[in-house]
Amino acid sequence: MKTLEELLKLKAEAQAAMAQKTRVLVCCGGCTSSGSLKVTAAFEKEIAAAGLADKVQVVKTGCMGLCSQGPIVVIQPGNIFYSHIDELKVGKIVNEHLMGGKPVKEFLYPETVADPDKILAMAETNFYKKQLCLALRNCGHISPLHIEEYIARDGYEALWRCLNEKKPEEIVQTMIDSGLRGRGGAGFPTGKKWLLAAQQKETPKYVICNADEGDPGAFMDRSVLEGDPHVILEAMTIAGYATGSHHGYIYVRAEYPIAVQRLEIAIDQAHKLGVLGKNIFETGFDFDIELRLGAGAFVCGEGSALMTSIEGNRGEPRQKPPRSAEKGLFQKPSLLNNVETYANIPQIILKGADWFKAIGTEGSTGTKVFAVGGKINNTGLVEVPMGTTLREVVYDICGGIPGGGKFKAAQTGGPSGGCIPADHLDVKMDFDSLKKIGSMMGSGGLIVMDEHTCMVDIAKFFLEFTVDESCGKCVPCRIGTRRMLDILNKITMGQATMEDLDKLEELCSHIQQNSLCGLGQSAPNPVVSTLKYFRDEYIAHIVDKRCPAGVCKKLVRYTIDKTKCKGCTMCARNCPAVAISGSIRQPHEIDQVKCLKCGACMSNCKFGAISKG
Amino acid sequence: MKSQTLPFTGTPEQAAELQKVIAELKDQPGALMPIMQKAQGIYGYLPIEVQKMIADGTGIPIEKIYGVSTFYAQFNLQPKGKYRISVCLGTACYVKGGDKIWDALRKKLGIGEGECTSDRKFSLDSCRCIGACGMAPVMMINDDVYGRLTVDQLDGILAKYN
Repeated sequence: MKTLEELLKLKAEAQAAMAQKTRVLVCCGGCTSSGSLKVTAAFEKEIAAAGLADKVQVVKTGCMGLCSQGPIVVIQPGNIFYSHIDELKVGKIVNEHLMGGKPVKEFLYPETVADPDKILAMAETNFYKKQLCLALRNCGHISPLHIEEYIARDGYEALWRCLNEKKPEEIVQTMIDSGLRGRGGAGFPTGKKWLLAAQQKETPKYVICNADEGDPGAFMDRSVLEGDPHVILEAMTIAGYATGSHHGYIYVRAEYPIAVQRLEIAIDQAHKLGVLGKNIFETGFDFDIELRLGAGAFVCGEGSALMTSIEGNRGEPRQKPPRSAEKGLFQKPSLLNNVETYANIPQIILKGADWFKAIGTEGSTGTKVFAVGGKINNTGLVEVPMGTTLREVVYDICGGIPGGGKFKAAQTGGPSGGCIPADHLDVKMDFDSLKKIGSMMGSGGLIVMDEHTCMVDIAKFFLEFTVDESCGKCVPCRIGTRRMLDILNKITMGQATMEDLDKLEELCSHIQQNSLCGLGQSAPNPVVSTLKYFRDEYIAHIVDKRCPAGVCKKLVRYTIDKTKCKGCTMCARNCPAVAISGSIRQPHEIDQVKCLKCGACMSNCKFGAISKG
Repeated sequence: MKSQTLPFTGTPEQAAELQKVIAELKDQPGALMPIMQKAQGIYGYLPIEVQKMIADGTGIPIEKIYGVSTFYAQFNLQPKGKYRISVCLGTACYVKGGDKIWDALRKKLGIGEGECTSDRKFSLDSCRCIGACGMAPVMMINDDVYGRLTVDQLDGILAKYN
């Protein structure tokens, strides 16, 4: 393939083929874990049995975002949105919807049929209507296994235009003008990185994609890799042309086998079509991509550690400068961007820097994908313009806290991030606003917590993670985080003093200032931010020996409200420690010394007479 | 790091397969990790005997190979069970009670992190986020994913693998 006409012809053919058939889109991203492969197989079988195989196409797509409703099935035309579909429901959908033209209302996502006179399309529901998908624009719409479907949605046109119509400097300038910042965590301006890499004289140069998505709670990169793998290949090739590189690496964590498999297929297809490899679009430009698998080390998400790992070493970070752009992989100039960053690039080339800049806020242009989880109704992926408030994400899009619970805090940025308390629900979610209140964007994990979450326990949880994942190269991180964890353990056991709290704060600032890499420098963040906003909870643990959320086992006290207790003896009979005494029809009492804090009494009380705190 | 508890039982066929992998990859830059990943694919784990074979085949010092194999969580120095259980203890799962699932499994199987039952049927690991946060808490047994777990479901699930 050489000319734009050839590419556009392929695009028109692919679009026509997609429009010709009714398409049953089955989410095979995260929904795979809810059984969507069985659903796909059932659709294929029932459709063949109904003789509809030449009219209806079943498409396994990437993640559609609303994971809590999975498996999700969408039928086009009309974007009719089915939720919680299992293989037993498929027959009825095939018979009534695909054969009879009548959607099966009882299986539809409830919000789409709230009005009896019409059926809302997927994009009109609360979860989707406030979203703006740039990085995820193809996820859930195309088959990641077919390069034609990617081309039908403008795929590889940006690459063609770059190679045939633009000079490398122009592309770098477009990236600078767009204001795009790295989506992996630190928010470094992408254009600046490209410029630095382009300016290096030494060769060979490398273009690397950081697909080592390690933040617990973040899965947007996985969704892009699994749902739209070609966008990464196209963007990396553009980056190669813009910076003068001919060799790319994608470093994927081994925990994502489906992503690896789809990338392998995509690379193979791109080679065959001549949009990757030697002499791309017959322009004489060569660029090829190799996959490298991680092996389960969080620190390898850090740029220099990632490169050390590709070289075949223990994935330990190194001192900077020199920056990776000067001396990176194999000591050669290297450009490293994150998956979500790359996913924005082809559209910025096609639509221009001004279009992109108009989205989001001044300092943080474009959109951000958040992986929303924890105590929230709609868990899943949400992509919104930068600057959207936390309240909009939590309440308008994700439907608030289950059971009408009270929002206590949200944790952004994983183990390197901080928490946002309820007072800051109206904070704009962009790089600078989040930093200002002591949190960080990070990779975009967003864990929502309600009043049953103990903030000291959460801080401890993140510290355990960093202690576990610290590579051990520098002392502040290796030993400092462990000492912090010791103190947090003491606090949650009720053995700490206020002096320990001072020591904890001193350690925080020491580790932040002296660690070698981003992992160590940001490791104290969860403690710093919970101390800032929930200091009273720490004090309650230390001074009152009490865990207000009732989580820290050692500090929990179960008590029986004498006015509510009917003396039914249920609690006493279920207590494994025989810690409850009292005679029948008389209020009972718990012996705090014998009590194991297992909670069996509370779950067995029919009168709500037992409380913990 | 625990020492190897179960004897090495590699076959000549496995050794030949490993030699083929080494010959194919060893001249690539940064080939060690891909070779180790393939070796683990062949043997299921990386006992010291296999690390020695890699050292002999590539000329890379055994100290370095041991260093790499102990750095990354996915390289196993202990054999795995026929059914490998991994419980996600990522943030979302933790908030939803993943730790309770973890504790219950340890008790039920009588083994700790990274260990294998004496009949080599089950091995137990905790893992970092597997990206199925929407269904927290989650565990995997080989390639099967179980989501929205409660402790009550565990006996029923384990029984499927007997």
